[in-house]
Amino acid sequence: MSDTGVPEGLPDEPTDAPASPQRVIGTPSPAQARTLLGDGAGDGDRAQLAPRELPADPGNPQRAKRAERIVAGLFIFSLLASIGFIAAYVGLEVGSVDAVLRSNLALGLSMGLAFLSLAVGAVIWVRYIMPDVELTEQRHPLASDSADRKAFKQTFEEGADASQFTKRPLLRRTLIAATVPLAVAPIVLLRDMGPLPGTTLRHTVWRPGLRLLAYGSNRPITPAEFSSPGGMITVVPDGYQDNPDALAAATAIIIKFQPGVLVFGKPSQIQGGYVTPNWTVDNIVCYSKICTHVGCPAALYEQTTHHILCPCHQSTFDAPRGAQVLFGPAPRPLPQLPLTTDAQGFLVALKDFQEPVGPSFWERG
Amino acid sequence: MTLTEKLLDGTGSWLDDRFHGAKGFRTLFRKIFPDHWTFLLGEIALYSFIILLLTGTFLSLFFQPSMTEVTYHGAYTPLNGVRMSEAYASTLNISFDVRGGLLMRQIHHWAADLFVAAIMAHMLRIFFTGAYRKPREVNWLIGIVMFTLALLEGLFGYSLPDDLLSGTGLRILEGVLLSIPIVGTYLTFFLFGGPFPGNDIIPRLYIIHVLLLPGIFLALITAHLFIMFWQKHTQMPGEGRTNTNVVGQPTYPYFMAKTGAFFFFTFACVALAGTFAQINPIWLYGPYTPAGISAGSQPDFYMGFLEGTLRVFPNWTWDIFGHTVAWNVLIPALVPLGLVFTGAAFWPFIEQWITGDRREHHVNDRPRNAPTRTAIGMAVVAFWAVFWLEGANDVIADHLDISLYLTTEIARYAVFIAPAVAYFVTKRICLGLQRKDLHLLQHGVETGIIRQLPSGEYIEETRPLTDEELAALDVKPRPSLPAPAAQAALEVPPPQMRGGLGRVREQLDRVLTESVPIDAHGDGYGAHGNGHGNGHPDGDAEAEHAALPTGGDQQADGSGDDAGGGPA
Repeated sequence: MSDTGVPEGLPDEPTDAPASPQRVIGTPSPAQARTLLGDGAGDGDRAQLAPRELPADPGNPQRAKRAERIVAGLFIFSLLASIGFIAAYVGLEVGSVDAVLRSNLALGLSMGLAFLSLAVGAVIWVRYIMPDVELTEQRHPLASDSADRKAFKQTFEEGADASQFTKRPLLRRTLIAATVPLAVAPIVLLRDMGPLPGTTLRHTVWRPGLRLLAYGSNRPITPAEFSSPGGMITVVPDGYQDNPDALAAATAIIIKFQPGVLVFGKPSQIQGGYVTPNWTVDNIVCYSKICTHVGCPAALYEQTTHHILCPCHQSTFDAPRGAQVLFGPAPRPLPQLPLTTDAQGFLVALKDFQEPVGPSFWERG
Repeated sequence: MTLTEKLLDGTGSWLDDRFHGAKGFRTLFRKIFPDHWTFLLGEIALYSFIILLLTGTFLSLFFQPSMTEVTYHGAYTPLNGVRMSEAYASTLNISFDVRGGLLMRQIHHWAADLFVAAIMAHMLRIFFTGAYRKPREVNWLIGIVMFTLALLEGLFGYSLPDDLLSGTGLRILEGVLLSIPIVGTYLTFFLFGGPFPGNDIIPRLYIIHVLLLPGIFLALITAHLFIMFWQKHTQMPGEGRTNTNVVGQPTYPYFMAKTGAFFFFTFACVALAGTFAQINPIWLYGPYTPAGISAGSQPDFYMGFLEGTLRVFPNWTWDIFGHTVAWNVLIPALVPLGLVFTGAAFWPFIEQWITGDRREHHVNDRPRNAPTRTAIGMAVVAFWAVFWLEGANDVIADHLDISLYLTTEIARYAVFIAPAVAYFVTKRICLGLQRKDLHLLQHGVETGIIRQLPSGEYIEETRPLTDEELAALDVKPRPSLPAPAAQAALEVPPPQMRGGLGRVREQLDRVLTESVPIDAHGDGYGAHGNGHGNGHPDGDAEAEHAALPTGGDQQADGSGDDAGGGPA
């Protein structure tokens, strides 16, 4: 910026600039030459610069004048919208659905319009008030020239030599050996994020004599109460109705059938599309609600076809035939929960599911 | 002193005394930004990210990432007295008891959707215009990593409120993790802190969502922008635009004003969407319970692809040696997305290997001028679209009143057929558009003026293309190649083109560079063969054939279909 030939930016350097009359004795001179304005020589300084690349004024002054008014109007509108936003925040309470609707509308609308008018204003400014210009900048090949590459090669090799990294394999190898466990250590640290799975996934909380509660009402069920054929209700184990971990595995569904609809088979035919006969009570059959695909609740039941459908990925199970898979990505039937009744006549589990419920996992076997 | 002089004298000098910035900032202020509307797509992604940081910070002031059970007593009366996690209760609180809370939640969610959508559109633009080519391969890879992380960040984010819909999403995540052989069960128990759902998953996802992933994003975005800045922008073909320059408007004041305006446009759009378009109304879904689900569950749009793959894949499972391999989950969860992402990551290098083109490219291709690449891109889009639609097949079946199972059966075939159809149709369209360009070149632009000749004949007048129009068409000489046999007779193949791999490479090169041939005078060769341009402005076609490479390293002779020094 200076054409005095004096190196810039150094403190207390002598300058050619005339001392200011207001200068206090003992303080350095104002050193005007070091401001970005140049040394005050004016035109002589500017003459050295490249010619102006950007025109100072728009090509169409009338249009620019019109645009200026519009932009100013938009900016004022934005200002008003922002004030409106603050007013809406202060003035409109929330705390009920209707109040939230009003507040959301006022806040969002004022905010959106404030931003929108700023944006539109700025675009009009660029397009109609700033002079139109197109400049060209040269590209240079990204690869360094061979001199620089050679110099870098030398620097790199000198550094490698000086470090002795290449010459002393003992140091190199022990360093590498030292860093490997260092990289493994953070992974080891993650071990306590959870317990080991053990056989957790093989069991649910169902145990002999545990009552089935209707999900939602949490009341035990008698076969007589659940008498209308065709219905399906979700059941949860008594005492665990508010325990998400237990419910994630133990939630089940019971379906009542007309006599003769269920297709019975031996327990050994568990995969073969049969209902195990002595696990049902009065044509009521109980299946796990956890889909064997990826664990969504298989919650939809079509009475006319007796199909159980998982709404997530549409695995379809045939309810009268041991919930065998009819369609979709689920690989196995929904496991059947053995049912019986207790002394009070309520539906209870005979025992836990015979196989793991839910999605496949490596140790499932 | 004028305003600028005051600023320069005061702040400017103060800063320059300390940072030595005059020269660097001069260059920065005069940095040229080429203009094209598609260059805005990446900016939308950037600005939605900033909006996400701003609104996310606001939300984190009120959100409780805790799965401790509480009983709700708040402004949303239908859920009064219901037991739920603190996370869900605090989200209700943000929505109904914090002023501007619902707006910020909705803006945050819309901005997240816009973020991923903008990334997708931006990546498609980069692919279709060939902007990933040397020297920009690293930025392409960073982009793919960010796209992957954006999917994760979105999934984790919308899981945080612990509502019935997002909890079901986490349940699916559990099922997918469980399907991983050998370590899956352990990974699941470590992530969830025990069996699903446990009490740890929400706080863990929270810290990943608000700290870890945004931190990685900031680092990658910085690298992405710095590399873009350092290598300078690509530009679309046009008059005066070459491989060795950048034509456009300078940063200061033009680009600064435009990009500032664009930030406000983006913010205005998501703010108005957050005002008028309800998104993720978690109070309607209810708190999560493993026993419940709502029909028609749909994830955010960007997860629809994975949802579709899970729905469409058949139920193959192995039970061998006492272990279960859940191919029915493992393959759909990993393979289709893996194919797209890995393929995208390797594509720039595959293309370089096939064509042998290792030159720098700074002028973008028009998609029609790279028909095979465009066709491959559209095939991937079709592949994605089939899975994406299948992810909503229940909604489609419901609205179109067709069988649910039929939609899945169709998708199982369409996954293979649709990409093939998209490939061929796109390629034909591109070649057709090339012929249209060639027609303009040869016959000029129809003016709509009808003239009667002295002989009585009526003709429509045409005018030749202006230089500007010609440059924008980006029609460069693309001589036709002789058939492989004829070519083999002409020359000795270079070493890398011999052998089986070399022949495969040559064939791939022929497919990849197929275009309507045009000679240096702008005349079509007809419809035979395909072509590379070698930039020779003269010479007959035969001489050019002899000079053409056989697909070997084209850097050596500086030829190729996009030679920097095209016809002036």
